[in-house]
Amino acid sequence: MNSPNRGNVGIVIVSHSPKIAEGAADMVRQMVGNAVPLAWTGGDVDGGLGTNVAGILAAIETVWSPAGVAVLVDLGGAETNSEMAVEMLAEDRRARVVVCNAPVVEGAVIAATESSGGSSLAAVKRSAEEFYA
Amino acid sequence: MSLDRASREKLVRALAEAVIQHADELTSLDQAIGDGDHGLNMKRGFEAVLATLPGLADKSLPEMLKSIGMTLVMKVGGASGPLVGTFFMELGKALPEQPTRADLVAATDMAINAVKARGRSEAGQKTLLDVLVPVHAVLAAGGDATAIAAEAMQAADRTMPMLAIRGRASFLGERSIGHMDPGSRSASLLIDAAIKALEFEARS
Repeated sequence: MNSPNRGNVGIVIVSHSPKIAEGAADMVRQMVGNAVPLAWTGGDVDGGLGTNVAGILAAIETVWSPAGVAVLVDLGGAETNSEMAVEMLAEDRRARVVVCNAPVVEGAVIAATESSGGSSLAAVKRSAEEFYA
Repeated sequence: MSLDRASREKLVRALAEAVIQHADELTSLDQAIGDGDHGLNMKRGFEAVLATLPGLADKSLPEMLKSIGMTLVMKVGGASGPLVGTFFMELGKALPEQPTRADLVAATDMAINAVKARGRSEAGQKTLLDVLVPVHAVLAAGGDATAIAAEAMQAADRTMPMLAIRGRASFLGERSIGHMDPGSRSASLLIDAAIKALEFEARS
């Protein structure tokens, strides 16, 4: 009871399409349950296809965990915008957020599964990225 | 180079108008080899920049550039937001309030390196760097305003035969050859607009 709970690694899903991001998050919830902090974001600031830094920052904030946050992205702009968002975080948080080089749907499910077992941020990232290995 | 408040406002308007007036052209270039949103995205970003006038021009030159960069990062909505936004933000960090030409050469060099790092890209890969890098070379070699603006336009044209290695166009492989890179075109438009606005300033 008194052992410190460092929490599970948070997962953020970023897609150009809000529907894909939300759908991928639904899959994670169905398959992994509620043990993992999970948020999704997608679309540009006008609601069109794209990604936006403010939305990514807000999503990271939503799932913030002392264990860190793993971000899963789809195409190039999602990755570039996510990297920009990470750089804009406060310095003490920046090092605890990673953008994974993994497919967004499969990567999110694998990362969340790994996180639900209490794994470290590095292990969560590695598992997601092994999908491409 | 000393820019008073009116000149700073003129510069911002020139940059924004160059992008907004060419939004359709940028979109059609992007429809050929990208996802067709470059014009719309850049227009959205620069309309947001325009919306921060006149307060934007009240800031010092470095703060104004940082602010433009941040607005583009937050509003553009594609990879070009962080890339072009980073260029402006880094330029703002590196330039003094009253920059000399040497300051401008050094600051643009730093800003270009930041864009390379952000996009993990180099010149020759059919991106905006194929305009930024050669234009910087002309600036560093002492080229005048006309030479710099001409190089910006010619450099964008030179992306046509290139094979895209980075960005959405790289998905097309060989099919990217024969089309001008939209990011190069918007970079050339911004440089041309800045040169003309600043040249006017130098003469007046």
